[in-house]
Amino acid sequence: MFDGASNLAQGVDNAFFFIFAVAFVFIVGITAFMIYIVVKYKRSKGKPAMQFSRNIKLEVIWTVIPLILVILMFYYGWVGFAPMRKVPKDALEITAIGRMWEWEFDYGDGKVAKELVIPVNKPVRLNLKSEDVNHSLFIPAFRVKEDVVPGYDNYLWFTPYYIGDYEILCTEYCGLLHSSMVSKTRVLAEEEYEDWLANLEATGDIPDPEGLVLLRETGCLACHSLDGSKLVGPSFKGVYNSERVVVDSNEEITIVADEEYLKRSIYEPDEQLVKGFNKGLMQSYEGTVTGEEADLMIDYLKELE
Amino acid sequence: MDQTNKYTHTSYLENEGRFKGILSWLLSTDHKRIGLLYMNTIIVFFLVAAVLGLLMRIEKMAPGADIMDAQTYNGVFTIHGIIMIFIIVIPGLAAVFGNFFLPIMIGAKDVAFPKLNLLSWYIYVIGAIMGVLSQFVGGGAPDTGWTFYVPYSAESATNVLFALTAAFILGFSSILTGLNFIVTIHRMRAPGMGWFKMPLFPWSLYATAWIQVLATPIIGITLLLVIAERTLNIGFFDPALGGDPLLFQHLFWIYSHPAVYVMILPAMGVVTEIFPTFSQKPVFGYTAIAISSLAIALVGYFVWGHHMFTSGISYWSRWFFSFLTFIVAVPSAIKVFNWVSTMYGGSIDLKPPLLYAISFIFLFMIGGFTGLALGSLATNVHLHDTSFVVAHFHYIIFGGMGFAFFAGIHYWFPKMYGRMYNIKLANIAWGILFVGFNVLYFPLFIIGLQGMPRRYFDYLPQFETGHFVSSIGAFILFAGLILMLYNLVRSRRKGPWATANPWKGVTLEWQIESPPTHENFETIPEIKHPPYLFKKEND
Repeated sequence: MFDGASNLAQGVDNAFFFIFAVAFVFIVGITAFMIYIVVKYKRSKGKPAMQFSRNIKLEVIWTVIPLILVILMFYYGWVGFAPMRKVPKDALEITAIGRMWEWEFDYGDGKVAKELVIPVNKPVRLNLKSEDVNHSLFIPAFRVKEDVVPGYDNYLWFTPYYIGDYEILCTEYCGLLHSSMVSKTRVLAEEEYEDWLANLEATGDIPDPEGLVLLRETGCLACHSLDGSKLVGPSFKGVYNSERVVVDSNEEITIVADEEYLKRSIYEPDEQLVKGFNKGLMQSYEGTVTGEEADLMIDYLKELE
Repeated sequence: MDQTNKYTHTSYLENEGRFKGILSWLLSTDHKRIGLLYMNTIIVFFLVAAVLGLLMRIEKMAPGADIMDAQTYNGVFTIHGIIMIFIIVIPGLAAVFGNFFLPIMIGAKDVAFPKLNLLSWYIYVIGAIMGVLSQFVGGGAPDTGWTFYVPYSAESATNVLFALTAAFILGFSSILTGLNFIVTIHRMRAPGMGWFKMPLFPWSLYATAWIQVLATPIIGITLLLVIAERTLNIGFFDPALGGDPLLFQHLFWIYSHPAVYVMILPAMGVVTEIFPTFSQKPVFGYTAIAISSLAIALVGYFVWGHHMFTSGISYWSRWFFSFLTFIVAVPSAIKVFNWVSTMYGGSIDLKPPLLYAISFIFLFMIGGFTGLALGSLATNVHLHDTSFVVAHFHYIIFGGMGFAFFAGIHYWFPKMYGRMYNIKLANIAWGILFVGFNVLYFPLFIIGLQGMPRRYFDYLPQFETGHFVSSIGAFILFAGLILMLYNLVRSRRKGPWATANPWKGVTLEWQIESPPTHENFETIPEIKHPPYLFKKEND
């Protein structure tokens, strides 16, 4: 893991090395000394305990030496940390968006990607934005991490040194799929990166359907997936016109999830709840989602097969 | 040290007072009986939370969902944290051994407010029951983690309100116990016992009590604000309502960091009693230990920001909080040197209490030094919210407070019950516990360094070995716990009778009968000597 994959890694690893070296010496030394004491001064007749209880000189020494050592540790930590807050002016700026439970990287001009693709040897500044709760963007190999807090303009920066793939993890607990909120950093050669960015434009230009935008903004996708996986609620994939067993006042009946049913589920989710899901988890969106908006959402669901 | 005959006096165990049977416990204002009420409650909850911990480790033995789904896992780590922190570790030593031994060690017949003391236990039980109920009523088990970070805790559809209220109520119990102890220590020390003739366990309780009284109200108010936010939609912390999510973190840690010292200071106090007894030698650097307890309590108020190094607080706040964090490490280091020096040149009797106390130092050192890696700004950026943090605080809280609790129970058991446990079995249980503990938690340091985040239901393949080894450790640790508890529970009624002073201790609790009488002392003793005066053999 100590491969210095970014400009910040060396400073962090130096601090690690110093702290762990001191820790090792003290832990091993003191433990060995305790074992020595226990063996050497084992209770036996004719070997009374000495009765000293103070030694000012010793006490001063073992106050001052740890004090110096911890201040040194603090210093190494500070020196390694200080550059993390000094972003070069020419850094490539990318907005990293965290939402339950995925990362998105906005390159400006409507260019958006699910993975962070960056050129090697060029400083990158990530502006961190949250659309819902707290997240934290962590790239272990680069030794960078900063929380993604709604309403705060947090940032981090680094210069990647090697071409390759590196993990991006979310380290601030953010609910159900926190541990799946992972992505990848792909460090490319400068030209490859330019190519990639140019191609991204083509795909990034198509705007999302209105219904999908609404589903996302209302927070529906936090509990209902688009890919068929079961989260807190049933997946949206293929739901339209499918047969479902629902619980209607404690009775199980089979219905078809048509427009009317889907609309009713937005406003009275507990009335006919799909079997196997719990009541009370979803609130009514009466007053939040207008009738028109609900229609747009359902239009989008129709296409999602 | 064993005697064949039962004691002849009427101990607090037989003296029932005004009520009979179970009521003689539930309505007792005797500090010793209340101490045991706390201990039994805590042991029950500890077993529940330990089983939850074991379930989490089984789940993480292999990648993917093994025995539970993600939502269940999130609920389990939340309630594991809430029970362990608010119901066990924060009250833990102070409520059990503090209640039982503080009055005796300062030569008093009871605490200053015995009825308030019983009330504290009832408040504690109500809070604990609410915490458990939060699992079963309303919209599902809370899934916010014990830290309740907003905005998630303001938005989660689960039953967060119940859990918040439980923590709020438990806080009151803590405040009242702290208040009781402060007054007791100020007003009820035996004649002649000046501040610096007081044993060091009471000293540590004194420092702890001030934190409980001054810091707990802050978390109480903070939790109330979250409740108001959820029920009345007032925007304090949730940015969707115009609040500030970092404000919550500040308020939460202004209490919860000092709370760490509520956990560890009494633990330090317990082992400080054990080292002199089993070395037959006065505590080395008595004054330094007493003062460093107060220093830790005081400086501990100003380091909360180190929980927020990556949250986006300003450059200079990070600098300041990191610097103070390193400074607060020094008094702890001084204590370690003092404990080791207390043993040096003594007459060492390696009985179970001392075994636990020595392993406390070892585990506390590992917890402390890894804490320094977390306090340093550069390394914190890498380690923050990884399993390294989980390992670190389990080394401090379980390895520190937990092992000190085990040390304390093995030390004071003959005094509390008038009986001795099986020493050989206790040693074996210690060995299993110690090995299991390290196998369980040490791998978490390593995978944390490699980037394994905490509170992850699932993990990437490179962390599999570490998680697997750690889970094996959980089983070993659990086996050790069961064996230790079996030995103690069984010996409460079946162990051989113990003498009044089996370890040759010199503090006041060893000068009275085992178990103590209802009044502790027939006549209140007059204190003429410093607390740790052992007779020389040639005297």
